Amino acid sequence: MSTTTTKTDLTAADAPPPSKWHQTFLKITQGNAIISVLAVLLALIVGGIMIAFTDEDVQEASAYFFARPGDTIAAIWDAVSGAYVALFQGAIYNFNAPTFARGIRPLTETLTFATPLIAAGLGVALAFRIGMFNIGGRGQMLMASAAAGWVAFGLDLPWGLHMLVALIAGLAAGALWAGIAGVLKARTGAHEVIVTIMLNYVAFYLISWMLRTPGLLQAPGSSNPKTPGMKDTAIFPELFGPQYNLHFGFILVIAATVLVWWILNRSSLGFKFRAVGENPNAARVAGINVKSMYVYGMLIAGALVGLAGVNQVLGTVTTGFSADIDAGIGFDAITVALLGRSTPWGTFAAGILFGAFKAGGYAMQAAEQIPIEIVTVVQALIVLFIAAPPLVRTIFFLPSPERDERRREKARQKALKAEVMADAQHEEAAK
Amino acid sequence: MSTTVQVSTADVLPETTVIRSWKTPIALAVFVVLFAILLLAAPEPGESTFRLSTQADAIQLPELVMPVMATAWICLALMVLLTLASVFFVRSFGRSPRWIVIVYILIFVFGFLTWAAAGAAIPVPGLLAGSLGLAVPLIYGALGGVIGERAGVVNIAIEGQLLAGAFTAAVIASVTRQPLLGLLGAMVAGVLVAFILAAFAIKYFVDQVIVGVVLNVLVIGLTSFLYSQVLQPNAAQLNTPPRFDRVPIPLLSEIPVIGPVLFRQTIIVYIMYFAVALVWFGMFRTRWGLRLRAVGEHPQAADTVGIKVNATRFWNVLLAGAIAGLGGTVFTIGAGIAFNKEMTAGAGFIALAAVIFGQWDPIKATLAALLFGFASNLQNTLSVIGSPVPSEFMLMLPYLVTIFVVAGVVGKSRAPAADGKPYIKG
Repeated sequence: MSTTTTKTDLTAADAPPPSKWHQTFLKITQGNAIISVLAVLLALIVGGIMIAFTDEDVQEASAYFFARPGDTIAAIWDAVSGAYVALFQGAIYNFNAPTFARGIRPLTETLTFATPLIAAGLGVALAFRIGMFNIGGRGQMLMASAAAGWVAFGLDLPWGLHMLVALIAGLAAGALWAGIAGVLKARTGAHEVIVTIMLNYVAFYLISWMLRTPGLLQAPGSSNPKTPGMKDTAIFPELFGPQYNLHFGFILVIAATVLVWWILNRSSLGFKFRAVGENPNAARVAGINVKSMYVYGMLIAGALVGLAGVNQVLGTVTTGFSADIDAGIGFDAITVALLGRSTPWGTFAAGILFGAFKAGGYAMQAAEQIPIEIVTVVQALIVLFIAAPPLVRTIFFLPSPERDERRREKARQKALKAEVMADAQHEEAAK
Repeated sequence: MSTTVQVSTADVLPETTVIRSWKTPIALAVFVVLFAILLLAAPEPGESTFRLSTQADAIQLPELVMPVMATAWICLALMVLLTLASVFFVRSFGRSPRWIVIVYILIFVFGFLTWAAAGAAIPVPGLLAGSLGLAVPLIYGALGGVIGERAGVVNIAIEGQLLAGAFTAAVIASVTRQPLLGLLGAMVAGVLVAFILAAFAIKYFVDQVIVGVVLNVLVIGLTSFLYSQVLQPNAAQLNTPPRFDRVPIPLLSEIPVIGPVLFRQTIIVYIMYFAVALVWFGMFRTRWGLRLRAVGEHPQAADTVGIKVNATRFWNVLLAGAIAGLGGTVFTIGAGIAFNKEMTAGAGFIALAAVIFGQWDPIKATLAALLFGFASNLQNTLSVIGSPVPSEFMLMLPYLVTIFVVAGVVGKSRAPAADGKPYIKG
């Protein structure tokens, strides 16, 4: 026995200790951050390929590719770089603007677009942490928009109070709509994915009906399915004056991010949420009421998505809205939450990135006639790549922890085998 | 919920454990009450006309003229009788036979139509044909969904597969002027979307719902981008798909009412009949189906007896993608309509609803899809003749029904045991 232990010690000591540089290298290349960055990069490359392939100049030049390949490459460069420069100038800073105040406007646009994305993303992320999938962003936003909008154009209240009442009405409507899915999951075990998807459509048709029914949401004296404009007393104030669109909603969203961070990481409720998300059975054994966690979680998630809806009607589109007020944010929010890895500040950052894509996408459409849908494709690709780190590692030839693990395991097996053989020989020799 | 299980305190359960499910009679009673309230609150005088034949039919049937309130009350009385019958069956045998529900639904629909169409005429063949037309993509999508989920892979991406199929079919058929090649292209497109789903869900163990949701976004983005960037500027060459001709089947198409509905259709519909029958037969009568269900219900057990779980799942998800892609052709070459952004408009999600409502069974899912198709077409017909029900509520119906179903209020719906769970060998 004693001989074997000394031998294992020996083999362990024989292997050279992994150098610090190597460990740091592994930490950087195998961490989450590098995967996120590479996923964004990869998605942008694929987007570039799509732009290049569908560009007319590139198609013309490629007709004589073998005669003058340089033309094709130049055309591709023009198309792709033009698109991404337009994207950058539309999202961050416009270098062609005469003054700083005008040049920085794209950044405020980015934040304006990011505001509802962050709010809805937080709602999806919070539900993720409880192990629930909230695909009902669209329905929750629509209900929240309708409730907040109805208060904002239908009631007469003093400035400030009006805004508050509209905000609370919207949050409550979003929370209730999501709460249906939570209650059904807790009481009957109905899968929240199916229920929230179906509730999206129920909300859509309900709002469509209300929008064309006089006395509910339809603007008086109009036959369009659209509400009247919001009253000034309820509209969110602009943060930096009338030349920027950025509104008070952004402050609310920062507050919501802090709140979600506090709930998840500092409160006992958040601890229970995370426990249920990690393992509902273990949580139940530990005395946590799993069913009520599902309900509370969906209520809070719905209120957060509702904040996105309120933002839309009180901040972005204040002249009256129709049934497309959600603008696909409910679905974008899922990608935002996934990119942010379901953490509050990660979601915040991801929301700003996707807000930048949206703001830049419109600029790109205007400047380079590239359809805005390319942004949707890039966003979807980012999330796909982030969801599958092994794929990204394979593409960029990065070391993978699984492969290292396998190799280490193989080496261990080999050492063990050699040891057994050596032992057998040793015993034979002793005989 | 409302089941009573007699559990004996002895260590052996008695042979005669009776599980009574009162859900069916309760649901039937609820609809009786709702219909009665409707009739009392909004009585409609006059008569309703049901046109049973079109001018093109060889055999002309006379129009059916019904007095509204008398018919509606008779229907209500029949519904009450059926509810009582259901109560009787549950009391004596523990469960209510399915034919009661089917007859009940037929009577309810007839009574409701009579009430809703007061003073107007309903063209019955047109209503049914339109329903089938709307149901065809749902049926294809639902078949794809059933195969995928029976194999243990949740497919939220049916919408994306339909859309990809519609896009590819339109482009290929426009370029080649061969609608049949369009069908083939749609299948390939559906397989490609399914391939991404399968690769991420089975190889990389990514959450299947996440992949499905993202794939929908990806396909919507991709097709919309290509539509704006490529199809729109070259609409004449790339986006003027030819349409399939209707091929009436001799003799069968002359049957009154159902003949023109079922047998005066395009080839896409005929393929659908075969697909439904084949999938049902394959799933429950062949080795393929047994293996498919085994990997979806209990992958460990399937692995133990030598079935390659992940390979089986992979190929079946691809097959499901081909079927769902085929469904997308209905939107473009099925009707000779040019492709447009997001033209499937949520049909994939109704197909998903049909999968669940149909309890992961090909035949039942098909019936559910037909029901949903009927509900949306009924809305079209009623808005034409001017009905008192807002059309949005008819459109909401499939989604509401699904919520009730998954919540277990009406019927019971149990997913395959390993549905949505990746299988990691080891």
